[in-house]
Amino acid sequence: MAVSKRIVLRFPGRLVDRPIVSRLVRDYNLDFNILKASVTPEEEGLLVLELSGKQSDYDKGIRYLTETGVRIQALSQDVTRNEERCTHCGACLTICPAGAFEREPQTLRVNFDNDKCLACGLCIKTCPPRAMELHF
Amino acid sequence: MVKTIDEINEKIHKGEAVVVTADEIIDLVREKGVKKAAQEVDVVTTGTFGPMCSSSAYINVGHTSPRIKLGGGRVLLNDVPAYTGIAAVDLLIGATAIPDDDPRNRIHPGEFNYGGGHVIEELVAGNDVRLEATAYGTDCYPKRKLETWINIKDINDAVLFNMRNAYQNYNVAVNLSEKTIYTYMGMLKPNLGNASYSSAGQLSPLMNDPLYKTIGIGTKIFLGGGVGFVAWHGTQHSPNVLRTENGIPRRSAGTLAVIGDLKQMNRRWLVGTSMLGYGCTLAVGIGVPIPILSEEILQYTTVTDNDILAPVVDYSRVYPQMQPDVIDEVSYAQLKSGQITIQGKKVATASLSSYPRAAEIAKTLKEWIINGEFLLTGPVAPLPGIESGITFKPLKERPIED
Repeated sequence: MAVSKRIVLRFPGRLVDRPIVSRLVRDYNLDFNILKASVTPEEEGLLVLELSGKQSDYDKGIRYLTETGVRIQALSQDVTRNEERCTHCGACLTICPAGAFEREPQTLRVNFDNDKCLACGLCIKTCPPRAMELHF
Repeated sequence: MVKTIDEINEKIHKGEAVVVTADEIIDLVREKGVKKAAQEVDVVTTGTFGPMCSSSAYINVGHTSPRIKLGGGRVLLNDVPAYTGIAAVDLLIGATAIPDDDPRNRIHPGEFNYGGGHVIEELVAGNDVRLEATAYGTDCYPKRKLETWINIKDINDAVLFNMRNAYQNYNVAVNLSEKTIYTYMGMLKPNLGNASYSSAGQLSPLMNDPLYKTIGIGTKIFLGGGVGFVAWHGTQHSPNVLRTENGIPRRSAGTLAVIGDLKQMNRRWLVGTSMLGYGCTLAVGIGVPIPILSEEILQYTTVTDNDILAPVVDYSRVYPQMQPDVIDEVSYAQLKSGQITIQGKKVATASLSSYPRAAEIAKTLKEWIINGEFLLTGPVAPLPGIESGITFKPLKERPIED
């Protein structure tokens, strides 16, 4: 069975310069699409990936990453909406490239579906009341 | 059928008033007809909630010992400069003020995370606000420096005073250029990548009384979650614009200046907002009750999103260059569907004002009236109408020669 998941990888300083992701392709037959990458001043590496392949390969790949010392988190938990600040104006609707925001046709309230979220961060700064929050 | 405001208030007092929102009246009139509905319905409530830059609060913080003359001095509230060109301890904080050290658009687009609108929201929320002031010192006001926390519950006065709110219709903003632009209508993607609008349409106060027959100076309103009043017509009030045959403006037209005690308002209805690349502002919630004094007044409240047309304007060239061109007109029904067609291209729409919040305001005001907590007032003077001849003029620049 094929799977495709978006995950956040955190590399401790000692792993930043090692070729880890390439092994996912070579040894575990996985495809990846980099959604975001950064190395912080403390030399911690952050990589947001969409990883796809066979379920068995995916599980092995994740085990490899964990054993190497990479911390893994599901992406969907990372972009959240502060429900108290959101006014349901809808400024986000045309900004989000993934279509993660949708209006309820009757009430015109705006729903956020973080399964569709790519964590690109565009909504964070364009939300007028700053209701969208990114937690990596 | 003619009713008076006194008669309606009498019914509100007895708990007998029939009140519906500007959404509900549409179906009700379709069902019963204007004549019958006008007999039954006493009040139609409206609502709007969106960023409104000409908003501000003035406060009187009380005198220190020894006294300080903040007037003519310099005052920061949470680092945001307040206007001090008034008496000793009166201050005005405007929604768009930003800290001196805010990087603004030096790295474009600037984020504008905190400004006057946020200070007003924090005051309303009951948060302590840091006041830092320097003054020049006089014989009667010797103190020159002040650093203190202030809180809305301790200061003498805190009044929301917005010189232009509740715009009657507004532009739909698009971008015809080839690069992304950052405007007060939000981020506009190149080549008609999206379209932004900002009006509650059929719920909007002045759309339900397009010729200002009931809303005037002294009209009691829902303002920021509390009670306020229409103080005057708003700045840029421009009744003489293109209108449909039913009197509905097809361009930005009337505006309201509103006032109310900030101490009884609520942060849910006064929200500090940040427009990427543009600046800070305040989202304000306003609801206006329309007394159904006649069939004619009721007829105006039956306006629907299909009846209201908004002009589509290019914000990459036409708006900044003060050119008059309008690309097209679209209805609020089309805008609210999520997609409009401009120059043959399908364009996704987004709103900067919140329709769900506007609906909540109309509903809240309806409940206040039904519960007898909110009586109506008649205007003490009308807003300038079409007959006033008032138009919105550009600034005629005159070179200053030595």
